Amino acid sequence: MARTMAEKVWEEHVVRRAEGEPDLLYIDLHLVHEVTSPQAFEGLRLAGRPVRRPDLTIATEDHNVPTENILLPIADPVSRTQIETLRKNASDFGVRLHPMGDIDQGIVHVVGPQLGLTQPGMTIVCGDSHTSTHGAFGALAFGIGTSQVEHVLATQTLPMTPFKTMAVTVNGTLKPGVTSKDIILAVIAKIGTGGGQGYVIEYRGEAIRSLSMEARMTVCNMSIEAGARAGMIAPDETTFDYIKGRPHAPTGADWDAAVAHWKSLRSDPDAVFDAEVVLDADELSPFVTWGTNPGQGVPLDAAVPAPEDFADPNERAAAEKALAYMGLEAGTPMRDVRIDTVFLGSCTNGRIEDLRAAAEIIKGRKVAEGVRMLVVPGSMRVKEQAAQEGLAEVFTAAGAEWREAGCSMCLGMNPDQLKPGERSASTSNRNFEGRQGKGGRTHLVSPLVAAATAVRGTLSSPADL
Amino acid sequence: MEKFTVHTGRAVPLRYSNVDTDQIIPAVYLKRVSRSGFEDGLFAAWRANDPDFVLNRPEYAGGTVLIAGPDFGTGSSREHAVWALQDYGFKAVLASRFADIFRGNSLKGGLLTVILPQEVIERLWAAVEADPATEVTVDLVAREVRAPGVTEPFELDDYTRWRLMEGLDDIGLTLRHTDEIAAFEERRKPWLPVTQ
Ligand code: SF4
Repeated sequence: MARTMAEKVWEEHVVRRAEGEPDLLYIDLHLVHEVTSPQAFEGLRLAGRPVRRPDLTIATEDHNVPTENILLPIADPVSRTQIETLRKNASDFGVRLHPMGDIDQGIVHVVGPQLGLTQPGMTIVCGDSHTSTHGAFGALAFGIGTSQVEHVLATQTLPMTPFKTMAVTVNGTLKPGVTSKDIILAVIAKIGTGGGQGYVIEYRGEAIRSLSMEARMTVCNMSIEAGARAGMIAPDETTFDYIKGRPHAPTGADWDAAVAHWKSLRSDPDAVFDAEVVLDADELSPFVTWGTNPGQGVPLDAAVPAPEDFADPNERAAAEKALAYMGLEAGTPMRDVRIDTVFLGSCTNGRIEDLRAAAEIIKGRKVAEGVRMLVVPGSMRVKEQAAQEGLAEVFTAAGAEWREAGCSMCLGMNPDQLKPGERSASTSNRNFEGRQGKGGRTHLVSPLVAAATAVRGTLSSPADL
Repeated sequence: MEKFTVHTGRAVPLRYSNVDTDQIIPAVYLKRVSRSGFEDGLFAAWRANDPDFVLNRPEYAGGTVLIAGPDFGTGSSREHAVWALQDYGFKAVLASRFADIFRGNSLKGGLLTVILPQEVIERLWAAVEADPATEVTVDLVAREVRAPGVTEPFELDDYTRWRLMEGLDDIGLTLRHTDEIAAFEERRKPWLPVTQ
């Protein structure tokens, strides 16, 4: 029977299948960070259980870490405790950890691919919803809760009931200045924040094929913002080229066997998806959000919508509430919206290509008067590479702040936060109320829009410069 | 996880409906790194602000069966809500309706949530309020709740009942299949990455 990629990967990982029970699925890679792991490790300790496969587990510090003065003790006691607890747990249970200051430290979803640990056909989990990022390689990767983290630590498996499958096909070619971030924001605006609920989305079509590996990660990263558990893209030459030569990539004969297997994972031509969505890349332009969920977005050329524009009463009420929170008037052109802070970073857009794209726009220009721009590389390796390529200098010369790696203002668990009423253009993935700081207002944008906005002080695209 | 067969204890009448997980344990307690000791967070706001709140009343001290109003456990899916109830000493919660996720979490974690008709809940409330020393028995073997003047059957699927009676959490269940996991590991592709 014809099968989708998600179904093939699932089937390959079923350890046990019994009538009336969920499938027991084997997990190839478990990524761990300081926020969702402490109780899981303590649960093991209380039950006297070891970590079954420390060699399929890796930990990094990201959500809480400060992005300045990382050699000083962490000021916030909660963050400090979480970091210290992770360090103790990693050492007690024999888990490899990349702590602050380490060259392989960084956001968990940047570190995995960078090390070559993320490969096609794997099952990958992490106590973090944006684990969907790794699906860009054709892995089945999804976020889990703390008790599931404990379950994976103890057994390297998870009891799971199968997901449904959805195909999102993006045809055509992206225009210059339009990025994969704009694709995914448009997808979410189209299907809504609940549109993907219960599904694994497979992104396909010419526009997806032509994306770089990092751009694909941006798309899969935000699958969760459409409600989906995971996003996947079939592995191809772009994928193989990216993996080849990385520290944990297969080599020699293993490499050839792996590639042959990876090629077999693609959805069969006549595979049937439970749902299908089609988009045309030619019609896309830079996209920005105006509201307080990632589905409340419009093209930058458009204006802030009015609640009356929404036929659905729930959406209308949501729009009304969002406009009040965001302090926006319906009808205001998005380009006229003034910004206080620009955040370039996160597991959505904190990779080297994102930094390069933004630096190209910023180069020789200045961050506008009264605007603060934070550039936070997704990992220490990204930071190092950006420094080598001269990008760090470009940002600092323009007046931006150049920071250490971490989640930072994506969720404001560390000191990088918006003040009440402050407005950001952010390359991250969530514009929820208070996500970047209590009372903060977030507009989600691509790295290109972030850079142009920093220069002009209002939401802008490079074409406006 | 402790085995649950028959439990007899004093009860605490919580005459509120729609108690959400934020009320069961406020968000500030989620920042902790421990897995135990959440009893101080249980109903923290009510215990701090309302001297008459049932858990502040000495006659209900030591209760192990919570009798709650309908729609107990709505809101965010935090597992801490179950831990807080258990750490405080509750073994079972009786109500006419529970939020799905909370009920799932509670049965996974070994806290028995029992669905009874609202009319029975009212009778239990009345009995316990008339005499706080009243003992309530939750009998999982017979699937029955008993108290003076009350003998009421309840439903729970065989599988969950067996799991609770054996004291098997999800991990314990999976570990029964360790052989199959080990056999699977033998079949894994040789090139798959390891972190160490
Ligand atoms: S960068 Fe943001 S979305 Fe990504 S893992 Fe960190 S907090 Fe989560």
